Amino acid sequence: MNDMTPERDERAANLKGLGCSRKRVEDARFTQGKGNYVDDIKLPGMLHGDFVRSPYAHARVVSVDKEAALALPGVVAVLTAEDLAPLGLHWMPTLAGDKQMVLADGKVLFQGQEVAFVVAEDRYIAADAVELVEVEYEELPVLTDPFEALKSDVVLREDLAGQTEGAHGPRKHHNHIFTWEQGDETGTNQVIDNADVVATESMYYHRTHPCPLETCGAVASMDAVNGKLTIYGTFQAPHAVRTVVSLISGIEEHNIRVVSPDIGGGFGNKVGVYPGYVCSVVASIVTGRPVKWVEDRMENLMSTAFARDYWMTGKISATKEGKITGLHCQVTADHGGFDACADPTKFPAGFMNICTGSYDIPTAYLSVDGVYTNKAPGGVSYRCSFRVTEAVYFIERMIEVLAIEMDMDAADLRRINFIKKEQFPYQSALGWEYDSGDYHRAWDKVMEAVDYKGLRKEQAERVEAFKRGETRTLMGIGLCHFTEIVGAGPVKNCDILGLGMFDSCEIRIHPTGSAIARLGTISQGQGHATTFAQILATEIGLPADSITIEEGDTDTAPYGLGTYGSRSTPVAGAATAMAGRKIRAKAQMIAAYLLEVHDNDVEFDVDRFVVKGAPERFKTMKEIAFASYNQAIPGLEPGLEAVSYYDPPNMTYPFGAYVCVMDIDVDTGVPEVRRFYALDDCGTRINPMIIEGQIHGGLTEALAVALGQEIAYDEQGNVKTGTLMDFFLPTAWEVPNYETDHTVTPSPHHPIGAKGVGESPHVGGVPCFSNAVHDAFRPFGLRQTNMPHDHWRIWQTANRLGLHD
Amino acid sequence: MIPAAFDYYRPTKVEDVIALLEEHGDDARVMAGGHSLIPMMKLRMADIPHLIDLQDVSGLGGISIEGGRIKLGAMVTQHELINHDGLAAAAPILRETALQIADPQVRYMGTIGGNVANGDPGNDMPGLMQCLDAQIELIGPGGTRSVAARDYYEAAYMTDRADDEVLISVSFAVPTGGYAYEKQKRKIGDYATAAAAVQINKNGGQIASASIAMTNLSDVPVWSESAGAALVGTGCDANAVKAAAAAMLGDIDPSEDNRGPVAFKRHVAGIILSRAINRAWERA
Ligand SMILES: Cc1cc2nc3c(=O)[nH]c(=O)nc-3n(C[C@H](O)[C@H](O)[C@H](O)COP(=O)(O)OP(=O)(O)OC[C@H]3O[C@@H](n4cnc5c(N)ncnc54)[C@H](O)[C@@H]3O)c2cc1C
Repeated sequence: MNDMTPERDERAANLKGLGCSRKRVEDARFTQGKGNYVDDIKLPGMLHGDFVRSPYAHARVVSVDKEAALALPGVVAVLTAEDLAPLGLHWMPTLAGDKQMVLADGKVLFQGQEVAFVVAEDRYIAADAVELVEVEYEELPVLTDPFEALKSDVVLREDLAGQTEGAHGPRKHHNHIFTWEQGDETGTNQVIDNADVVATESMYYHRTHPCPLETCGAVASMDAVNGKLTIYGTFQAPHAVRTVVSLISGIEEHNIRVVSPDIGGGFGNKVGVYPGYVCSVVASIVTGRPVKWVEDRMENLMSTAFARDYWMTGKISATKEGKITGLHCQVTADHGGFDACADPTKFPAGFMNICTGSYDIPTAYLSVDGVYTNKAPGGVSYRCSFRVTEAVYFIERMIEVLAIEMDMDAADLRRINFIKKEQFPYQSALGWEYDSGDYHRAWDKVMEAVDYKGLRKEQAERVEAFKRGETRTLMGIGLCHFTEIVGAGPVKNCDILGLGMFDSCEIRIHPTGSAIARLGTISQGQGHATTFAQILATEIGLPADSITIEEGDTDTAPYGLGTYGSRSTPVAGAATAMAGRKIRAKAQMIAAYLLEVHDNDVEFDVDRFVVKGAPERFKTMKEIAFASYNQAIPGLEPGLEAVSYYDPPNMTYPFGAYVCVMDIDVDTGVPEVRRFYALDDCGTRINPMIIEGQIHGGLTEALAVALGQEIAYDEQGNVKTGTLMDFFLPTAWEVPNYETDHTVTPSPHHPIGAKGVGESPHVGGVPCFSNAVHDAFRPFGLRQTNMPHDHWRIWQTANRLGLHD
Repeated sequence: MIPAAFDYYRPTKVEDVIALLEEHGDDARVMAGGHSLIPMMKLRMADIPHLIDLQDVSGLGGISIEGGRIKLGAMVTQHELINHDGLAAAAPILRETALQIADPQVRYMGTIGGNVANGDPGNDMPGLMQCLDAQIELIGPGGTRSVAARDYYEAAYMTDRADDEVLISVSFAVPTGGYAYEKQKRKIGDYATAAAAVQINKNGGQIASASIAMTNLSDVPVWSESAGAALVGTGCDANAVKAAAAAMLGDIDPSEDNRGPVAFKRHVAGIILSRAINRAWERA
């Protein structure tokens, strides 16, 4: 029966299930301007909020005079910390175990910090009133450098004065947040001290920002009659927001409804809780009217969560043959004025301990120190699982540096050290169990596809021509083999504010054979409505086109921890498959009853149950769905529904091999990506077209970060990159052509073997672009130059190497 | 990004524009395409209580090529400059320059008059107008007058134009010889890190005349007479190009910003100019 007859093929194709490049069902509304974003929401009587923000990076707030603002017709309220204090809402908890001022409580710690919240009848009046609020500041010394902060007498967080114990252990200094250690320090030092070869390098992974196209915002509506609070907002984790709001406001959780409508990109920026959300809620409670707050681009770049800002120093040791023996990594992490990282509670530096990468490194040690400075708070995972971009950048640079130290080809060095296929599941020195991988196969495929040897030959010829003065363009070959860790995560070690990081799916099959499934996640552009329907189509035998996927409304969706860290497919996708299997199990009983055979005498076949050995006797899932509502089946409840809460046994470990070929104009510092080859292995591929789209998007954000995108401050703590003129957001013009490829190594523990892919290209792309820049200058003695590799910094590198006459 | 309140006027006659400017003085400003002015208003760096839209004012548009002169009405958009075939044949450097300004959306709105009047050192057209030795025609309460682009710019956002004057056109002799507009920028939509406008006339294998202007390397556009002079009489050999670049470096005064430090900008200015000269020479 199970041979693939053409008829069976056709039935499978009709489902548009796993492996189908189904067109995105979301796109019709997005491309026609019919999306429904937070700023599209207009409620009757709605007021508008806007912030008075600090122009200073560090100052005492001497006084706030609201009078002139309140006198402006149309201004309803001006809230300050004093107004929030009686409610206990002038501070709020951060996801990292710290607390953050909602409105300036006596002082400000970064430029752009929220000082007062103006509420007015329309958006224009609110903006005018902001100008009328008179704030008197007394400037304080500014600390923008974490190393200086750790030495300075200036106390940034006076609220923590005298507290030597933080949320993650002892604090060494008043500007110190935590130290997080992993691995074997003594063992690693011993290995490194006695090694044949040791390479040491320091690097700075600069501060950047996720910069989603839609900025953050919320509409809060407190219904004073029935006591219900509704919050529409740009939330990557709506359920967690509901619980947090309940805990800090005291409103019972059933009286809070949180809705994430369409979200225009998140990339980690919309995981945390921002003062604007809290102020909208308070303002709605105070005024009895709905209040909308939507930040503008500059506010988004200046005040919402940044990413990276990691100072990393590494030591890597190897044998004479190039076998790596040990890795030591020390990080100083600049968190800004508050620690508003969005990491699982027990991981103050996220999964930085994935920094042994794709390599079999027997001994390793990692230590991370978190530090306060006068910069915006954050440290979120911008298109990556928690701190994984930092980890992969670190190891992929250390490999290159080791290759330089040993005068070896960096591709060969990687190949010698890859974890071998037969070593999986692999226990890493820093505590992870890699689920599956076949790194050599992926690597060799890419090396052959790009003709790596040919590229090296061409590069060597170019260097010679350059030395003879025949060209001013150098050629760089950027390599990267990354291993990600995504899908947080097992409840036993991953939680956020005590909420276990499981996820969920609830399915209802309608009598006529269509269905609705609701999940605890929320798409921000990933295409969940498309792909989750495909998972279900294959699991339950109903066409994906007949399955509605709904997310983001806490009144209807089952509890889940939301979408970030590539966790939707690994966790909610697994829940979806498991819920589908519950549906199928019940369907099997119904089919057997209808076919008058024993349960075990029917088997699932694409879109139906057939009697074993008698394929002409079957019941389609559509027929079964109807039967579930109209037949009295002994021993079975009517209806066909299921819910699954899935706690993954492990993370998933997607990987990939990337090569970037870049030409660099030595005189102007302009880089041009000639070729980019990306092979990704995300396990089972649900929708190849969506994967391709995710790869293109992630690589483009990687290009941005590597080649120019940064949040820069001057010494006074002024943000120098507050608009898109200076903050690099690439357009189609700057984006090269990407060639994509794949291998498939399914996750052994995931119900359908899928691993998650949205972040891989970013994680792997940044080091690949950066390595290409480094590689171009390697023949002239370059070891390390920090990102972003914008024109002037590349020029400066060339200049320092004496390449300009 | 919400501007302060303003009154909006949409007159149809230049006289009415001037009357409004006279009445409101410094509180009034004309708006052409709005793509420099509106961002400033939204950032509240410009507070303009009286905004006078020029879109409906008659007599400010049109491209004419007559008697060896080209005249561009103030309200001619960058998009129109790019798509005018006669202009592309007569003065191809205009299209080459306009194509390097921002993106199509900005170019549909941005005008030559606004670009030239604005006085932002980042604007590309002022340098080009200096290279082409354009005349800028202004009208005010006392009638019209003409001023050379090379004399027009005083400092950033400070020009020879009085508050109650309106720029009505720019005009210049149909350029001859080889040309190039070379611009380095960080991305589409960015102003120049360095840009160079070059026109070269060749006679018997030698450069007969050369005009060179640089953009965003000082608080005003820089027409470098000495750089042009360094080329005249040479065969545009490497040494001549070097000498021209060196002369130009004596005239610019870049400042550090997010595009890079001064040393970088000076180096790039030299490179960009050399490339522009070589390209113009090839086309001469
Ligand atoms: C994202 C972006 C990127 C850009 N990149 C570039 C670039 O690379 N190069 C470049 O050159 N430009 C660039 N621009 C600016 C763009 O070309 C502007 O449109 C142009 O500089 C001004 O033209 P406008 O018609 O929009 O003038 P407006 O913005 O309307 O006016 C600008 C100023 O000129 C005054 N003005 C306008 N017309 C007259 C007149 N007829 N008489 C007297 N005063 C007048 C106004 O009062 C105002 O002060 C960019 C703009 C944007 C938004």
